[in-house]
Amino acid sequence: MRPFRYHRPADVAEAVAVLADEPQAAYLAGGTNLVDLMKLGVQRPDLLVDVNRLPLDAVEELPGGGLRIGATVRNSDLAAHPAVRRDYPVLARALLAAASGQLRNLATTGGNLLQRTRCVYFQDTGKACNKREPGSGCAARHGQNRDLAVLDWSDLCVATHPSDLAVALAALDAVVEVHEPAGPRDVPLAALHRSPGEHPERETTLARGALITAVRLPHLPAARRSAYLKVRDRASFAFAVGSVAAVLDLDGDVVRDVRLAYGAVAHRPWRAYRAEEELRGRAFSPQLAARAADAELAEARPLRHNGFKVPLTRAITVRALTELAERTPAP
Amino acid sequence: MTTGAVGRAYPRLEGREKVTGTARYAVEYPVDGVTYGWAVPSAVVRGRITRIDAAPALALPGVLAVLHHGNAPRLAPGPEPDLWLLQEPAVHYRGQFVAVVVATSLEAAREGARLVQIDYDAGPHSTVLTADHPGLYRPDQVNPSYPTDTAEGDFDAGYAAAPVRMDATYRTPAYHNNPMEPHATTAQWRDGRLLVHDSNQGAVAVKAALAELFELPRESVRVITQHVGGGFGSKGYPKAAVVLAALAARQVDRPVRLALTRQQLFGPVGYRTPTIQRVRLAADADGRLTAICHDSITQTSTIREFAEQVAVYTRSMYAAPHRRTTHRLVRLDVPTPFWMRAPGECPGAYALESAMDELASAVGIDPVELRIRNDPAVDPELGRPFTSRNLVGCLRDGARRFGWADRDPEPRARRDGRWLIGTGVAGSSYPARARASAAAATARPDGRFLIRIDATDIGTGARTALWQVAADALGVPPERVEIQIGDSDLPPAGVAGGSMGTSSWSWAVIRACEALRDRLRETPGGVPPDGEVTAEVSTADEVREQPALPRYAYGAHFAEVRVDVDTGEVRVNRMLGVFAAGRVVNPTTARSQLIGGMTMGISMALHEEGVLDERYGDWVNHDLATYHITGCADVERIEAYWLDEQDSELNPAGVKGIGEIGIVGTAAAITNAVHHATGVRIRDLPIRLDKLIGLSPLA
Ligand SMILES: Cc1cc2nc3c(=O)[nH]c(=O)nc-3n(C[C@H](O)[C@H](O)[C@H](O)COP(=O)(O)OP(=O)(O)OC[C@H]3O[C@@H](n4cnc5c(N)ncnc54)[C@H](O)[C@@H]3O)c2cc1C
Ligand code: SF4
Repeated sequence: MRPFRYHRPADVAEAVAVLADEPQAAYLAGGTNLVDLMKLGVQRPDLLVDVNRLPLDAVEELPGGGLRIGATVRNSDLAAHPAVRRDYPVLARALLAAASGQLRNLATTGGNLLQRTRCVYFQDTGKACNKREPGSGCAARHGQNRDLAVLDWSDLCVATHPSDLAVALAALDAVVEVHEPAGPRDVPLAALHRSPGEHPERETTLARGALITAVRLPHLPAARRSAYLKVRDRASFAFAVGSVAAVLDLDGDVVRDVRLAYGAVAHRPWRAYRAEEELRGRAFSPQLAARAADAELAEARPLRHNGFKVPLTRAITVRALTELAERTPAP
Repeated sequence: MTTGAVGRAYPRLEGREKVTGTARYAVEYPVDGVTYGWAVPSAVVRGRITRIDAAPALALPGVLAVLHHGNAPRLAPGPEPDLWLLQEPAVHYRGQFVAVVVATSLEAAREGARLVQIDYDAGPHSTVLTADHPGLYRPDQVNPSYPTDTAEGDFDAGYAAAPVRMDATYRTPAYHNNPMEPHATTAQWRDGRLLVHDSNQGAVAVKAALAELFELPRESVRVITQHVGGGFGSKGYPKAAVVLAALAARQVDRPVRLALTRQQLFGPVGYRTPTIQRVRLAADADGRLTAICHDSITQTSTIREFAEQVAVYTRSMYAAPHRRTTHRLVRLDVPTPFWMRAPGECPGAYALESAMDELASAVGIDPVELRIRNDPAVDPELGRPFTSRNLVGCLRDGARRFGWADRDPEPRARRDGRWLIGTGVAGSSYPARARASAAAATARPDGRFLIRIDATDIGTGARTALWQVAADALGVPPERVEIQIGDSDLPPAGVAGGSMGTSSWSWAVIRACEALRDRLRETPGGVPPDGEVTAEVSTADEVREQPALPRYAYGAHFAEVRVDVDTGEVRVNRMLGVFAAGRVVNPTTARSQLIGGMTMGISMALHEEGVLDERYGDWVNHDLATYHITGCADVERIEAYWLDEQDSELNPAGVKGIGEIGIVGTAAAITNAVHHATGVRIRDLPIRLDKLIGLSPLA
């Protein structure tokens, strides 16, 4: 492990200022991802700026509805928050489907969104990886890629974003509040992560040194009827091989509104706009849900080992929406 | 005369220390001036080191030394080429340890390891096992010393003539032992003597290997192994950590702690070889087997031969007039495979017990009944009666407890919402062996007794079991007995492996207690007030003279699974095993062994797989986040029972060993249940959802 310095900033402004001056510095939140990667030599910061004591650990109910979630709110606290459980069950479900109890007690909202891919080649400094070392090649593209992307990958990187939380937030149209060296800014969750394209090493649209301070959830009454479905290789404590976050608002049996996002298929949480379009305004049926998933997945380009993700994502789309539709009380 | 400690459920003697965190493991002993070693793995698969530049590492504050083949202390050839570490520039597999960095802190050692610059001259490599690999050969024998091939009757003719036949090939991937505690050592040299606190399954072999490698008299080596966080076979023989720590400690002339990382446990400490197994069975219309053939293909390294005895299980499990078993091996540029819980029997039974299920379908006979019909009266190999064989008893008792009667054999006929439900069964067996051991029993004037034996408790409860056995053999309440194990200064005992720890050690303990009682009878006035009376014995002669009889433990494994009709996810609703394993010394720890083995079998069937990338020549999923092991949530209901079994041809305690049999039939029971649920027969493990997805055309 590279020797590093440690700094505990007094406030947000200082944190951002310190990072702006230190090209090799990183924010430390729960450390459940960063510290692992430091031990593996994948990330080698020379300064850790600890954000855990910043006053960013509150969940506030906003006046007009909606929630503001501080960046250092722990995943377990967020999942247990009464307003989250009541108004955004998809979020509570996504959080509880992730990692383990011990990890969730440490993992923060901000850190979760910025956690790095679980691509096994990224995590092994002995192997080629454009994300870790631009220009070195992508070992996964023609290697063991069962767990990697089927949508929107590039020849330079086929990694997926591993977060469950981010998928739920994508479906909820969350907004990320960040503090950049140039000042504070709002970034829609759907615009936070980038496609790998020519620069897989650039994972977000944030300026260098940006600090996530909060995540805002809009008032979305329909989200009371929402679900997160996660499929993994064992019953608990595993990353998704497929996941779907869904919010369904029916008027009779007609889809008034729907929000759908996929995990484990792309370099970013995948908001399924095309599927939503297919669904909106039509009478709901499982067949319609399947057609909607097909529309979304039409551009899927499976790799050698992950063709199963397409029918899997389709299957869980149908299941999640059908279960939500069945839960919808008659008007 | 017994007081009845054996057979009673005692908690582990060291349980409190373990749950309160005071039990010390190999690298937790406080040692003055201790330093830290970090092993450096090779970055190429096959080749030679051409240059090592240690300067950048040595420049790091805290780094004391970088050991490699160019400067490490010389070792004698030693018992095993895998242990001849840092002696030559040759690299035989990716991840082979080629250097060790020693530093005053763990962090500096780790960073130093990253800074060592090593150049290689790398050649082409071959790391993937295939059924038609040009390097396939016939080893002279298979582990530990079984004939490579066997044949009786005329298999080809018998098979061709039979009315019912099955022929299938089963594949298992590389499995990695992954004990919680890694291979780890604290090594100290004092006045030419070597003291190691080491995590292993048998200190005797560690002591012997170190003495040989470092050319020391055996008395100059001491191995202390008080607590071990598991081994599952991978610590059954000394491995790299202890040798590297001893080399490093000698080089820097300070104590060294060295623990392998989780990543380093994927390869250098051994793993279960992948297998490719073809099984052919033929039967008459009543399901009586007429021909059996089991052909196994496995891998070994270029360093040494490790020939897993995969098809040996088939030699004595079921009988037929025409039988054949073969083993072929290929030397690949991989780490040497090694023992993993029930080596041979575990993968072999997966194939044979799956094949029996396929035969049951083909002949239209219930799979429990098929096994009962084919239960041999005498051992097909030795032609002699088994000392006890209660497979049928296990099957019947298990079927009753599980509710097997009236099972509809039709595949894919039961559904509960989105889940397809199925049940499966498999038999299992594991040899009941014993090795020579020594033990000492001491009587003290205060009426207490001390038992001393260099047995190893790898977390199984062995310490507690021996304490119970000793109490009964002495005829005193166990509270008056103290037991010391896990130190090579104690009377030498065999390895904690091959399910023969308790059988071997209890034998010696009982004989030592008997000898002590004899001595006490001959001591007028009893134990002198200021002295003690000790008897030390070895069972070497007795064990050697034991007649060669077929001695086996048996089991029947039942599983109920559910398979998601859309996603292909498999869950195990319940798992039930019934075992006939001689006498059970401690029901609490025995149950843990049996359900632990069964859980590991679920893991083998559904979760574990070393995924190899042939371009890099190693397993890419080398941590516990990506190499999935069955978790608690995957084990919904699990039950283990045992039959009351008396067998006087075993050993004085009448035990058969229970560490391994739990895993043996489990994977087949689960995969058979998956077939019953879905109608799909998956013959390459693990059964993950991508192999089953799309059972129903959606919407
Ligand atoms: C074994 C294992 C299994 C897991 N399984 C799952 C799973 O199933 N699903 C899932 O979603 N996750 C899973 N995780 C990942 C876990 O959720 C993340 O590690 C965790 O959420 C990261 O949060 P943290 O606070 O610990 O982040 P850290 O490790 O502290 O930081 C992660 C990254 O974010 C940056 N960062 C942190 N906070 C901020 C901030 N406020 N502003 C800007 N940058 C910041 C850090 O610099 C770092 O780059 C698993 C992790 C492990 C180890
Ligand atoms: S997929 Fe991306 S993260 Fe994985 S090896 Fe390729 S470049 Fe690296």
